[in-house]
Amino acid sequence: MPKKKVYLITIFILILAFFLANLTYPKYWNQSADWVGASFLRLPEKPFKLGLDLQGGTHLIYEADLSNIAKEDYSSSMEGLRDVIERRVNLFGVREPMVQVQGERLVVELAGIKDPGEAIKMIGQTPYLEFREQKENYNEILEKNREVIETQEGQIEDPFKATILTGKYLKRSELGFDQTTNRPLVHLEFNEEGAKIFEELTEKNVGKILAIYIDQIPISAPVVQEKISGGKAQITGQFTIEEAKDLVRNLNAGALPVPIKLISQQTVGPTLGKISLEESLKAGAFGFLAILVFMIIFYRIPGFLASFSLIIYVVLLLSLFKLIPVTLTLAGIAGFLLSMGMAVDANILIFSRFREELKIGKDYLAALEEGFRRAWPAIRDGNLTTILVGLILFGFGTSFVQGFALTLVIGNLIGMFTAIVITNNFLKVFARTKFERIKWLW
Amino acid sequence: MALVIMKINFLKYKIIYPIFFGILFSASLFSIFYFGLKPGIDFTGGSILEVDFEIRPENQVIQEKLKDLNLGDLVIQPTGEKGVIIRMKEIDESMHQQINSKLGEISKIEEKRFENIGPVIGKELRQKTIILILISLVALLIYIAISFRKVSRPISSWQYGAISIITLTFDVLIPIGVFTLLGRFYNVQFNIPIVTALLTILGYTINDKVIVFDRVRENLLRSRQENFETILNQSLNQILTRSLSTGSCTLFVLFSILFLGGETLKYFSLTLIIGIIIGTLTSLFLAPPLLLLWLKWRKRGSLA
Repeated sequence: MPKKKVYLITIFILILAFFLANLTYPKYWNQSADWVGASFLRLPEKPFKLGLDLQGGTHLIYEADLSNIAKEDYSSSMEGLRDVIERRVNLFGVREPMVQVQGERLVVELAGIKDPGEAIKMIGQTPYLEFREQKENYNEILEKNREVIETQEGQIEDPFKATILTGKYLKRSELGFDQTTNRPLVHLEFNEEGAKIFEELTEKNVGKILAIYIDQIPISAPVVQEKISGGKAQITGQFTIEEAKDLVRNLNAGALPVPIKLISQQTVGPTLGKISLEESLKAGAFGFLAILVFMIIFYRIPGFLASFSLIIYVVLLLSLFKLIPVTLTLAGIAGFLLSMGMAVDANILIFSRFREELKIGKDYLAALEEGFRRAWPAIRDGNLTTILVGLILFGFGTSFVQGFALTLVIGNLIGMFTAIVITNNFLKVFARTKFERIKWLW
Repeated sequence: MALVIMKINFLKYKIIYPIFFGILFSASLFSIFYFGLKPGIDFTGGSILEVDFEIRPENQVIQEKLKDLNLGDLVIQPTGEKGVIIRMKEIDESMHQQINSKLGEISKIEEKRFENIGPVIGKELRQKTIILILISLVALLIYIAISFRKVSRPISSWQYGAISIITLTFDVLIPIGVFTLLGRFYNVQFNIPIVTALLTILGYTINDKVIVFDRVRENLLRSRQENFETILNQSLNQILTRSLSTGSCTLFVLFSILFLGGETLKYFSLTLIIGIIIGTLTSLFLAPPLLLLWLKWRKRGSLA
């Protein structure tokens, strides 16, 4: 390669690194831009995306009970569930909440909330409204239940069975008052589909009870007088004004189309998150410095050059994390730091070979090229095995493992690139200069 | 050959090294069967609650306070200056709140972490982990088969592969052995981060073995007359600097995570440290003698 091209590439690398460094940490750049009065040069101050374990927050997994839903409606029910919970969570004022459907599960991530208990209560409390009709042997069951209560033996059986009319078909609800007793009641208005179902249900059940359940608990058990069209109903339970108000608000935010159950919770308090972030950054800084010192003492000028490309490596990675963006978790930082240790390996492999070739009397450039050629299979294989394991780990799916695997794989790819392109190029800069002849430096 | 930089006779104690590693291996195996691993709540389901107290009470006081809640077996461990980690069976959110208010009666608390994993998730993670390990092993076997297909002297390539796999089991089993002891005496749980670390060790140390054997292959091609032991030793000397440099750089980072990186990553980094140290040592002191012993044993076999 002609020397001029080597210089050009080097200058390009340095400018790119300078630009990316300012992009990842724009504070000083922006201050300078303001100082010279060129605010249009300001770089966007976009923060790193931190995982819940670093900023504090709560990770919840709910399981939906789809037993009353037809198979073909699974995905639409889950989407409906997601929409409702998203609305609820937004009411709670969480910044960038994440609500995601995974099969029959719903994953909710709430970052930086002060009281996860309150949030869980609110998500769980979302009323599950349903209408139930009498079972065929309604009177028999009632008779049996009476016996059970008298004798204190056996189990009480619910005399009602589920219908397809649930909160899913609710258009809106409203607080009202009974005109004769002045007790609070809740008006329900169904959507078009719901109105039709309600009409059919009432027609079928004239003279019978159509019970209204909220969260599996009977609230009201009115007897149907006649077929009701128009999709309007009311709940006249024994509630206070406050309770009725809450119910209306919750019903309007959306009744859950299917019942859910919390099966996993991971909460990290904001203090722990902050401490974890600080500690892992400190660990990273120390490890990084130790590597630099080691490389310079052990490999002298090449070590110095490798340190330099390692700095560029860190800058490249951090800006990639910001641009993609990669959500940084504690495990992700560990993967990044580990990849930093491994990134040095490619440099070391090249240097060891380079030294050997110099020792047998080859001239600088020939030794460099030969050393590089011989080191390449080992570099390729080494990174390949780690990337292979990383990809398998990523397929695993747990957030800890994925965070680690993702940064490890990206780190390895960039590490390979820096050794092959950047370190190699830096070494070439010294070819045919006075430094080349000072043997102890290499 | 003019290439030798340092002159260490790696194969001087070619019987002793395998015996040494063999003892470590057996001890680990014994510990695994005798003590067993303490699976974390990732795999069994259950809860972990970590709180900081204003004034930390004795474990006994906490135990007493939570007795009425019927939580079954509680494991209470002090952590940091004011913290306590409580492990228990799976609980629901309202029970969680009750525990917090009970603890708050002792002294003011700040909740740092709460994890509750249902048995369904635990079972799922257990199955997933097994599949993950199997896939990794298959992938590595394929990788080994591919990378050693060109090395076929003086023993065939599958034997190089077999020796790599044998030494790899050492690299993974010894850290697991250490964890059975940690689990037994310090109540350290075997969880997903540790599995992740073990698989990462596999990826890292297989590479170490490939690099050693790759050097052997290269030197075998360069010189046809010298005997295998000399070539093996020469290759190891050439590899030594690289092995130690890379090993140390990785260890620098891992040790800083261990000492400065906080509680969550402590055992994760410890696993990696043990695995990488063992892995580097087995590449230099176990794989080569085994290679040689196998060769000698086979030669004797063919003479008889």
